Amino acid sequence: MSKERFEEAFKKLEAIVNKMEGGDLSLDESLKLFEEGMRLSKLCSQKLTEVQKKVELLIKSEDGSLKTQPFPLDEEEE
Amino acid sequence: MTRKDYEQKIYTVSELTREIKDLLEEEFPLVWLEGEISNFRVPPSGHYYFSLKDANSQIRVVFFKSSQGSLSFLPEDGLQVLCQGRLSVYAGRGEYQIILERMELKGWGALQLAFEKLKQRLLDEGLFDEARKKPIPELPRTVAVVTSPSGAAIRDFLRVLYRRFHNIQVFIFPVLVQGETASLEIAQALSMLNRSSLGLEVIVLTRGGGSIEDLWAFNEERVARAIAASAIPVISAIGHEVDFTIADFVADLRASTPSAAAELLIRPQAEWEEKIEDLENRLAYRLKQALRFRWEKLHYFQRRLGDPRRRLADLALRLDDHSERLRRGLVIHLRNQTDGLRWVRERILGLNPLVQVRTNQSHLELTTTRLNHLMAQRISKLGMGLQTQGKALQVLSPWNVLERGYALTQTLPGLKLVKDAEAVQPGQAIRVILARGEMDCRVEKTRKKEELDFVKGTI
Repeated sequence: MSKERFEEAFKKLEAIVNKMEGGDLSLDESLKLFEEGMRLSKLCSQKLTEVQKKVELLIKSEDGSLKTQPFPLDEEEE
Repeated sequence: MTRKDYEQKIYTVSELTREIKDLLEEEFPLVWLEGEISNFRVPPSGHYYFSLKDANSQIRVVFFKSSQGSLSFLPEDGLQVLCQGRLSVYAGRGEYQIILERMELKGWGALQLAFEKLKQRLLDEGLFDEARKKPIPELPRTVAVVTSPSGAAIRDFLRVLYRRFHNIQVFIFPVLVQGETASLEIAQALSMLNRSSLGLEVIVLTRGGGSIEDLWAFNEERVARAIAASAIPVISAIGHEVDFTIADFVADLRASTPSAAAELLIRPQAEWEEKIEDLENRLAYRLKQALRFRWEKLHYFQRRLGDPRRRLADLALRLDDHSERLRRGLVIHLRNQTDGLRWVRERILGLNPLVQVRTNQSHLELTTTRLNHLMAQRISKLGMGLQTQGKALQVLSPWNVLERGYALTQTLPGLKLVKDAEAVQPGQAIRVILARGEMDCRVEKTRKKEELDFVKGTI
């Protein structure tokens, strides 16, 4: 997965769309922006589902570090 | 107005009451009041009416039903309370009273004052400044919730969160949310989460509704400090909509309830997907438009340039046309020229030299005949004259003179006629022409005419 943050990628995508809608671009620039925009769009879509749902309870261990254990969910509520 | 004005003016009861009302209500907009409840009664309207009294005085009090929601105890006569309210004059009865907004048992009243003081101090310190607030990531993937794991708050939060967005991780940091140690646990939890390596993007600090007493941990300074110190953005969601704690003021974002915190935390997945799709569509549309614009431009230029085949066809047609016109022009020209030539020819034929020659010849013949005739005449006439002249000439001919014995003398080799003796020198060669033959001689001697003036006479 790319290191690029979703927020940055999304902002860049918005900026690219705005730039393209601003017009006055050469075809070459338009194509480059389009490619970059599609890349960012794919990236954003990936980022949306990048992380799997997980709910965990943090437990303080004796050495002061944090351990995790699954947190029981009320499945019927979902 | 001076005292004098008061004495001079005669008020109506209403006027005076209105002025008193204005004066009192302006002077005491919101007051804290401490006292003992007495004459407590509840009419069917549900509003509370009672008096607050101390050793020497009492004041009427109204606690409207609409304000009673925050009340954490049932009032009764004899209870010491701390109230907050506005002073109000009821003109109909000429009475003044306090309209309460909140009322606490006296012990809690002290806490309330402490709350106000802490709030003011932290406000002055700048802990509530908007500029300090950290932005909440738009798509947090890893979130910590500091709360009671058994409370309704975490259930509400998780339910709403996962209904909106599935792909998110939640770590629950269990703490006591009320009681003596609550604030310490909360402060420690915040600092531990900040030191953890979980990659947390947001911390949600939450608990469900309760009395002001129950929520008190969130009004403590150490919690406020821990929130302010957190490098990770903190969302607070404590109690119900009406409850505001110090923690709410310091937090980067305040949600009114645990469910609201989940809603503020993240947009629904579908909304994100729509947004991304919309951007993608706009992107594609713009590219298509850019391409279409170029195509149109290209076509425009092509149209302006014209199809070379059509241009060739045009040129071929023009060539044909011009050739035809040229051919026709030439034919006409030739015909014209032929006509002209024919005319000239006829004229030339009219001027045939043979005819002229013939004409001229006959004329010449005639003229020649005449000339010949005239010449013959003339010749015969001249011939006759010549004979006569010849005879006369003969008489005058030097040859005739020479016949008579005279001689002609010429110098040699000059052949100059010598008429003067002085023209020659002795010894010079001379030729003497006689009537018959001649003699080349040499001068012996010359004599001037003076020496011979007789000679002519002599001869």
